[in-house]
Amino acid sequence: MVVQALKDQGVDTVFGYPGGAVLPIYDEIFQQNDIRHILVRHEQGAVHAAEGYARSTGKPGVVLVTSGPAATNAVTGLTDALLDSIPIVVLTGQVPTFMIGTDGFQEADTVGITRPCTKHNWLVKDTNKLSETIHQAFHVALTGRPGPTLVDIPKDVQFATGTYVPPQKARTEHYRPQVKGDTLAITELVEMMEQAERPVFYTGGGVINSGPGASQLLRELVEATGFPITSTLMGLGAYPASGEKWLGMLGMHGLYEANMAMHDCDLMINIGARFDDRITGRLDSFSPGSKKVHIDIDASSINKVIHVDLPILGDVGHVLEDLLRIWKSRGRKVNKDGLKAWWSQIEEWRAVKCLSYTNSDKIIKPQYALQRLEALTKDMDRYITTEVGQHQMWAAQFLGFEDPNRWMTSGGLGTMGYGLPASNGVQIAHPDALVINVAGDASILMNIQEISTAVQFRLPVKQFILNNERLGMVRQWQQLLHGERYSQSWTESLPDFPKMAEAFGCKGRRVSDPAELDDAIHEMIEYDGPFLLEVLVEKHENCFPMIPSGEPHNKMLLGDDKATDAIKGGGAVLV
Amino acid sequence: MAALKIKKGSSRKSAYELRDPNAEVIERHTLAVLVDNEAGVLARVIGLFSGRGYNIDSLTVAEVDHTGHRSRITIVTTGTPAVIEQIKAQLGRIVPVHEVHDLTVEGASVERELALFKVSGTGDKRVEALRLADIFRARVVDSTLESFIFEITGSPEKIDAFADLMRPLGLVELARTGVAALARGSEG
Repeated sequence: MVVQALKDQGVDTVFGYPGGAVLPIYDEIFQQNDIRHILVRHEQGAVHAAEGYARSTGKPGVVLVTSGPAATNAVTGLTDALLDSIPIVVLTGQVPTFMIGTDGFQEADTVGITRPCTKHNWLVKDTNKLSETIHQAFHVALTGRPGPTLVDIPKDVQFATGTYVPPQKARTEHYRPQVKGDTLAITELVEMMEQAERPVFYTGGGVINSGPGASQLLRELVEATGFPITSTLMGLGAYPASGEKWLGMLGMHGLYEANMAMHDCDLMINIGARFDDRITGRLDSFSPGSKKVHIDIDASSINKVIHVDLPILGDVGHVLEDLLRIWKSRGRKVNKDGLKAWWSQIEEWRAVKCLSYTNSDKIIKPQYALQRLEALTKDMDRYITTEVGQHQMWAAQFLGFEDPNRWMTSGGLGTMGYGLPASNGVQIAHPDALVINVAGDASILMNIQEISTAVQFRLPVKQFILNNERLGMVRQWQQLLHGERYSQSWTESLPDFPKMAEAFGCKGRRVSDPAELDDAIHEMIEYDGPFLLEVLVEKHENCFPMIPSGEPHNKMLLGDDKATDAIKGGGAVLV
Repeated sequence: MAALKIKKGSSRKSAYELRDPNAEVIERHTLAVLVDNEAGVLARVIGLFSGRGYNIDSLTVAEVDHTGHRSRITIVTTGTPAVIEQIKAQLGRIVPVHEVHDLTVEGASVERELALFKVSGTGDKRVEALRLADIFRARVVDSTLESFIFEITGSPEKIDAFADLMRPLGLVELARTGVAALARGSEG
């Protein structure tokens, strides 16, 4: 029944790991060919792979794991998906209903543990309700602000027979979040846009989640109005990086021009972003002179952190459609003189060239490694995943994304160990594409076992490791905040990465000479199978620009000279 | 800590018309939350309050529609206006939550609470307790030669006042139901 429900939901792939409490479902999986099961090496890897699959396709990712430790291992992935609004459906096995509460073998209170880290979860005690519950789990995961759902299925419920309810008959009507924005509010926004002298679009993951149509509408709106646009880490690709209105990413490690535009604008139009603390910096001096508009499908995101002047509750795609229509019907007006002056100001900021760094012909700078990766792969059918840390920020700064769903990173939770399993999930969904995980030496070890999954399923994923033998971001903060006392932020016994890759059955190479970098990247791309490229990079490079915590957008650090002990006062308690 | 200034919310504007979020006025609001009566729904609501650091002054829950499997949760909470708005939005996000009503801003409402007081004593104190119970329209539901159990219904303030009076007269135990509240008028 579970397998039938998944088939009826259009599921073609399940990421999972069998165990005692899900054996009946695995028995069904054995006896069919419609759903492909990807055997992972750790349940956290299953959830991240499902996230990669979901983020790169817009379809829900599906996970099947057993009870107890499997469910607790899935918790990090669930929380990650919750914070980044990724639709995934996790099915867990549970001890039989008559054993629940007896501390049975591999029993855990899965729905209790996962309640705060799922959008919704269910414990199914009656086989007659099983199929309907699974359909509801898909509905809730995909509807409104997407997120993870979990269905916990006791083993006796799996064995029993019951009535199957097809998806069309499943009751889902009571969960129907509003998608159309209020027309009066949208008209008010149009009036603001007609008059604004210094407008900026600030977009987020909500645009990507709303579907490719929303990204298309956003592009049309930006081109037609000529307003500058910046995006959060989660929203990269909704507007093309090559677009002339593109300011680059904003936030703590965002571009100077993007953050200055946010600080000095007079109209901020937030489309599907959530004023995360990585974005806002110091709250009481966040964009002090602007009117703020917030388009979001989640009412609890509005006025949560930043008080906005005009909230518009609705799906980004629907609201943008109405916004364009109303703006056009009122004569496509913008404040031309204001915009002209605004763009010349932005050009001055751009001239600062905040991403510049001192290159070397002796040692590979991490920025250079990513610039070369970008140059050699940008025209390819390319998907990028990352781990978490300095390499992630450099990847966001130096790689350009022309389309949505091409960039998979752990934004909200910041989960080290996300990238490798996520790259597996992306490659499953896009077998012929080039999938690269930009990683750090520390992060990749957190789920390194998933290389084995890539080898088993012949997934030609590329692990691009920037190895500085440090926990780079931790080290950077210790320099900025703790007087260069580098407590526990370097690794004294890293594995020999290429040899380790080969032990897994994956190809590996190490490169340390800048002159050989291009050749190594070419070999990585051209190799027909999983490949691990270890790039030995400058060990003490810091990631700039940076807004030190506790500071506003216009107090960015652009380079190393002022960095030591830059975080002071109230900022020191922030993360 | 100095006593916080508590005022009843007075705005009748929509949920989006946030009052000054910087005003550090702590307001007391009574929320009525209609939910599906399914396993774990109360845990979701309580988990939301504990997980996000909101206050619960009182919480009452019971099934109110058996055929429709609906329960009504009445929550009395305190917080700044911005926090109260967040609480309502976060409650509205829980999947089995159907409606969230802020009775404090949606118009006049009535709030009642039931309490049982066990008061033990003899002589003058016992007579005085019975006399005050009469004034407060409390009923005697159990009696021994040395004690009474009073049942009293009223606003939380009335019950607080009765408790203050009973304490010196031999109050030994007190059970309160928490607030149940409904909006006034003919509409449901």
